[in-house]
Amino acid sequence: MKVPPGVDAGQFAQAIAQFKQIVGEEWVFTEDADVALYRDAYSILWGTPEERLASAAVCPQSTEEVQRVVRIANTYRIPIYPISCGRNLGYGGSAPNYSGSVVLDLKRMNRILSVDEARAHVLVEPGVSYFDLYRHFQEHNVRLVIDTPDPGWGSLIGNALDHGGGYLQAPYRNHFDSHCGMEVVLPNGELLRTGMGALPGAQSWQDYKFGVGPWIDGIFSQSNFGVVTKMGFWVMPMPDAFFSGTVFAYRRDDLSAMVEEMNYAQYSDISNGMPFLASPLYGGSTLVPRDQRVVDYLATQPGGDVSDEQLQAFGKANRIPYWSVILKFYGAERALRESWEYCKQKFAAKVPGVTFQDGTMWKFPLREQDIPHIHKPEFGVPSLDMFVRGARTPAHPQPDWGHIWFSPIIPRTGEAIFEANRVITQILTDYDLTDSYRRVKFSVPSAYWSHSFVLIYGFAVTRVPEKDRKTVEGIKMLISECAKHGWGEYRAAPALQETVVNAYSFNNHALLHFNETLKDAIDPNGILSAGRYGIWPKHLRNKT
Amino acid sequence: MSLRSLAYLAAALSLGASVCAFGADEAARGHTVFEQWCVACHGEGPGHPGTGALAVKYHGTKPALLEQRTDLTPAIIKFYVRNGYSIMTPFRKTEITDAQLDALAAYLSNAGRAAGRGGAARAAAKGQGSG
Repeated sequence: MKVPPGVDAGQFAQAIAQFKQIVGEEWVFTEDADVALYRDAYSILWGTPEERLASAAVCPQSTEEVQRVVRIANTYRIPIYPISCGRNLGYGGSAPNYSGSVVLDLKRMNRILSVDEARAHVLVEPGVSYFDLYRHFQEHNVRLVIDTPDPGWGSLIGNALDHGGGYLQAPYRNHFDSHCGMEVVLPNGELLRTGMGALPGAQSWQDYKFGVGPWIDGIFSQSNFGVVTKMGFWVMPMPDAFFSGTVFAYRRDDLSAMVEEMNYAQYSDISNGMPFLASPLYGGSTLVPRDQRVVDYLATQPGGDVSDEQLQAFGKANRIPYWSVILKFYGAERALRESWEYCKQKFAAKVPGVTFQDGTMWKFPLREQDIPHIHKPEFGVPSLDMFVRGARTPAHPQPDWGHIWFSPIIPRTGEAIFEANRVITQILTDYDLTDSYRRVKFSVPSAYWSHSFVLIYGFAVTRVPEKDRKTVEGIKMLISECAKHGWGEYRAAPALQETVVNAYSFNNHALLHFNETLKDAIDPNGILSAGRYGIWPKHLRNKT
Repeated sequence: MSLRSLAYLAAALSLGASVCAFGADEAARGHTVFEQWCVACHGEGPGHPGTGALAVKYHGTKPALLEQRTDLTPAIIKFYVRNGYSIMTPFRKTEITDAQLDALAAYLSNAGRAAGRGGAARAAAKGQGSG
């Protein structure tokens, strides 16, 4: 049995014995083969001495069991690391930041505690995945639409706590923003409820976020201050219909105007779905591939590439747009068509020569035969379709062993897109890195968050240590160079979290120092998720 | 429940224990596990990365759909569930318990043959011979 660093083997054995009394012998894992299941399968450090590994796992089934486990951990100073579904792949997985931690696996806490269709909210435990909630809605004919990320096997709570997102209307697709009320087990085992939940017998825990006094929910995200055991979420009422329309522009210089109009359509709530920017000439977005005629044309060119001017000329000659914006609308059918007509007028007045294409008007609830033809998350249908990127395909015959994300936030402007691509492409070239999800040089950002863009690069995990080490080096360079330009990441895998957090260094790392002050006050023994997002307990600070 | 799964269950129930390596209850349990954890990647049609990957790997020499395979042993199924391969991660025991894995392994190691029997039974019911 592995023993956490700094913990006496005898004391660890006593703690394990007490964990077994709490959760049952079969739900404490100490055998190597069982503990190996908690490795981060997408770890960029796989098989190296730096890989973060658990010593054991404990799997409670209730909040009360979590409290008791945490108290034991506190007594024996055992480092523990809670996971919800353990599927934060590319940003973490089920392995701890601090090797030797005992994973607190909350997957067995999988109850959907309430679903209120009329008030459009749910209350769930950490082990509930998007698939689980979707099945529940289907079985009980609940007319609510889940905002799911591309992979649907993750936890609603885990995803929200790591600031994940989806594709529906802005109030729902930022998953942390869409939550309403938390229950948290603090590192001393005390139970806390936030917002209206602090009021005994509260009638509106999932209806009003703030309660009274400081709103502290944020400190439990991307942190290590508590174990979240319940969380409420607002869920989108099922609309009558979904419609999308695409705007095409044909000059490279049209980008800024396209982004401005896209922003206006969303900020004014005329287009209430997630807008999707793409470039048929460059490729560079996940859902709209590079036009095949461009691919064929470039294959005939020396070095497989041409200048931007040549690309634009090829596009103009072949009527291939430089840019496209897909606007999305949820609501009543007539209103959607009117909104799209208005958006067309706005774009036509702002961007010379734009053309338009109507999408399909999809009616809710979807029919089974609709599902193969849609991008499922836009309709609240969880899937694992996105894993086709990285899997073995005709174009990718040697499959990857996972991916690691690099995701800087940039302003929602055309200028920022060009500038970020200029800086990032140079580093990708220097480090021989390829975004394995687009496989083109130019990256078009996504508009998950209501007022920013996020550029998302996925780099292949190869399990060839030398190659993966070079990938880490390259990403760390990207992080530091982007920081010099004022772009920081919104989320990161454990191997990168400290580098990312260190870039947020305003006023001599005042934010990190504040978080460390909180850590020392809330978790004085430093048992919970040591090192998560760069927050180390006092006894490990500056030693790792 | 897919037609193939219905065919499997019908075959398991109608042909009896003499031709089934395990009972209908275990088949149903294994099928439930498959539907919950596997079908999102290993289901039929586009948008299923596991099926797509196996189609490329085997180039038609074996079925890309796990439920059509006749060469999967329980040991192979258990190995991949607990070890993963490529972008398929291992599954923890809080996700698929050992008992559920037994059922899944029993189901998949017989699903292809059962589907064949089910197909034959359906064809026979339509008076089309066993084809």
